[in-house]
Amino acid sequence: MTKEYIPHQTDVLIIGAGGAGMRAAIAAFDSGSSVTVLSKSLLGKAHTVMAEGGIAAALKNVDSGDSWESHFSDTMEEGVYISNYRMAEILAKEAPDRVRELEEYGALFDRTPEGTIMQRAFGAHSYRRLCHVGDRTGLEIIRTLEDQLLHRDITFFDEFYVTKLLKEGERVVGVVGLKLNTGEFHTFTAKAVIIATGGCGRIYKVTSNSWESTGDGLGLAYDVGAELMDMEMIQFHPTGMVFPPGVKGLLVTEGVRGEGGILLNAMGERFMQRYSPKKMELDARDVVARANYAEIMAGRGTPHGGVYLDITHKGADFIKRKLPSMYKQYMDFAGVDITKEKMEVAPTVHYQMGGIRVDPETTATNVPGLFAAGEVASGLHGANRLGGNSLADILVFGKRSGEGASSYAKKVDFGRIDESEIMNEMARVKSFIGNGGRNPYDLATELEETMSTYAGILRDENGLRNALTKIMDLRESAKEARVQGGLKYNKGLLQCLELPFMTTAAEAIVRGAIERKESRGAHARTDYPKKDPSMRKNIIFKMEKDGMRLYWKDVPEMPEELRKLVKKEEY
Amino acid sequence: MDKVKVSVFRRDPSLEEDGRFVDYEVPVEEGMVVLDAMKYIERHIDPTLSIRWNCMAGKCGSCSAEINYRPSLMCKTRIDSLKGKGIRVAPMGAYPLIKDLVTDVSENWELLKKIPKFSPKEGLERPWKISQVDIERSKEFKKCIECFLCQDVCHVVKEHRSGYFGPRHVVKAASLDMHPLDALDRSKFMNENAGMGYCNITKCCTEVCPEEIRITDNAIIPEKERAVNLSYDPLAMFISSRRGKGGRK
Repeated sequence: MTKEYIPHQTDVLIIGAGGAGMRAAIAAFDSGSSVTVLSKSLLGKAHTVMAEGGIAAALKNVDSGDSWESHFSDTMEEGVYISNYRMAEILAKEAPDRVRELEEYGALFDRTPEGTIMQRAFGAHSYRRLCHVGDRTGLEIIRTLEDQLLHRDITFFDEFYVTKLLKEGERVVGVVGLKLNTGEFHTFTAKAVIIATGGCGRIYKVTSNSWESTGDGLGLAYDVGAELMDMEMIQFHPTGMVFPPGVKGLLVTEGVRGEGGILLNAMGERFMQRYSPKKMELDARDVVARANYAEIMAGRGTPHGGVYLDITHKGADFIKRKLPSMYKQYMDFAGVDITKEKMEVAPTVHYQMGGIRVDPETTATNVPGLFAAGEVASGLHGANRLGGNSLADILVFGKRSGEGASSYAKKVDFGRIDESEIMNEMARVKSFIGNGGRNPYDLATELEETMSTYAGILRDENGLRNALTKIMDLRESAKEARVQGGLKYNKGLLQCLELPFMTTAAEAIVRGAIERKESRGAHARTDYPKKDPSMRKNIIFKMEKDGMRLYWKDVPEMPEELRKLVKKEEY
Repeated sequence: MDKVKVSVFRRDPSLEEDGRFVDYEVPVEEGMVVLDAMKYIERHIDPTLSIRWNCMAGKCGSCSAEINYRPSLMCKTRIDSLKGKGIRVAPMGAYPLIKDLVTDVSENWELLKKIPKFSPKEGLERPWKISQVDIERSKEFKKCIECFLCQDVCHVVKEHRSGYFGPRHVVKAASLDMHPLDALDRSKFMNENAGMGYCNITKCCTEVCPEEIRITDNAIIPEKERAVNLSYDPLAMFISSRRGKGGRK
């Protein structure tokens, strides 16, 4: 009889091999734990490679007035006062060390004339703060961490999809999943599990997110009782490509505006003068995204339904040196030479600020043995994320997560996985293979359209209620999804397995958006256009017997020495 | 709507001895790329087609294939660029087939493990000072997205069991060797242990690189030259041993 699954054992198990997962793996290994990394994509392909602009860290190389205090207050203010202050404080204080450490791992940042790490301006940062490698900072992070990971005794399985977390009592003790490129089931017994699976942008039709961002980690954690938070907060990046259709939503880095690019409507008007006369194109992402959206909706859009982004005035040499990927991206995909022609751009779903609720010090969740870091975790970004803070996040909290999980793993023994649970899970996975049933791609498309139509950049009660009804229907339909073929490299089967996680993410976003009857940060309600002081709180999402329940929770109050750094909130 | 015929290689090696090309008719949209056509087939015609893709934007290097015999990224090959030629999509021939267009590229991780990692010189004053001009050479190689198309086109990698790691791996070694603060020299290792000597600089790798890295001229030839100089030039060896990253760069 052939073995039905292949068992493994490891101290710390990490799900996800983007920046947060790899940084966590290095930290856990360096803390003395055995480490295994599982990733849905091939090693080195994670969504982090698409990050462009840079890492926010108050190194003061360009602007000597910068400080961690300033980075802290920018982060709190941009998060519209619902961020976890301790996470923002940790980020602001530790990001410079993580950047220098990355340099010592081999990353080569652009330089100042004095030879230190160059820093560029970015939306809503008070100082020039973003350490960058042209406009391919994410790729540099991934390659650098990959080099470090491959030279440590860290086990990794790529093209591996975790379908379920396994518990013994209250504690997470392992996982079961499918090795996509062989069709084999594997189980992993682990003392601690870190979720670093990134975001859920793929539940929207137009997104800058790559293939893997389907909210898997959110769903995995939620299913074992982990609390989610701030899920209604979805960031729309102001500038995504609108043409050709195959790359609709693909990111156009904020670096274009950071380096002097301006936004124009079809009449040639620099419309940001009307929306934000002081900060103009470099105001916060939600402000610029809504301005672009409003111009398009008012009929002042471009032929392909965007606005213009123009950097031609900076000259070909400058553009090719500072924004090489953007130059290539437009040339290759749209046939547009951005040194001579304007780009067409429109808002695109970019980032989930919410996610799994974690402890700022160790990234532990409320479920023993379970940790989370990176985009899948919540708290740092509040109602809106500053550009450059996600790359700082994955390094700072990736490291803390690896250390937190490792120190937890040293205090516990391996748990016991219930054999019948594994059998049931394997049977569930196999049950999607068969004739008839619903086409999983059609269900995913329906979900994406529902989210883009009703839970987009502007929201209202009626639309959100519609969306919720549809999502709950899709959740049921997803059980009837069927695909042909086998277990090996079957993307249709994978889509069947992703659908429940995608609907969990969608349900939380929509329920949170209904609950938050105000407009704050990235969450804009046309029926409640104002910010409401009574809602300066976080919404927590938890699975209970009768389904998803929401609770309001007070934002942790800052100690006096931090409070005085932050501008008082205005209503 | 216009339609285009696409011939796609199909085979599950665990079930079939031989593969075959299957023709599909796909509707054409403006600006469409080959990957869009593959996704159309997967969604609307035959969901059992296995393809690997991730970012759809030429940034991750997942969707490598041989399009009309040329190693290419499916996400960056526009259908209209192939007009009148017919479209034939096959998996990379240099790697073991997993299924249909998906190949097993995992041997590359084993090769990358063998190339010594970045090793900074000792006693550097913090924070490190590096001038912009000194990073440009290494930066070119760091554009590599590990699509392995250069490996696929390389006849030494593909046809001869020479032990040559392949162009990607010379690029990796060069990116570290040309890091201004790296203390090692990997050229000797690449020559003696990574089969670099078998490369006969036909520049095929450079031609297919989607990141336009000048692999042969800027990575392979300088690495070869350094290996030779290190082996036969006692003065070079002396300087190199004294200065780490001496003037031979």
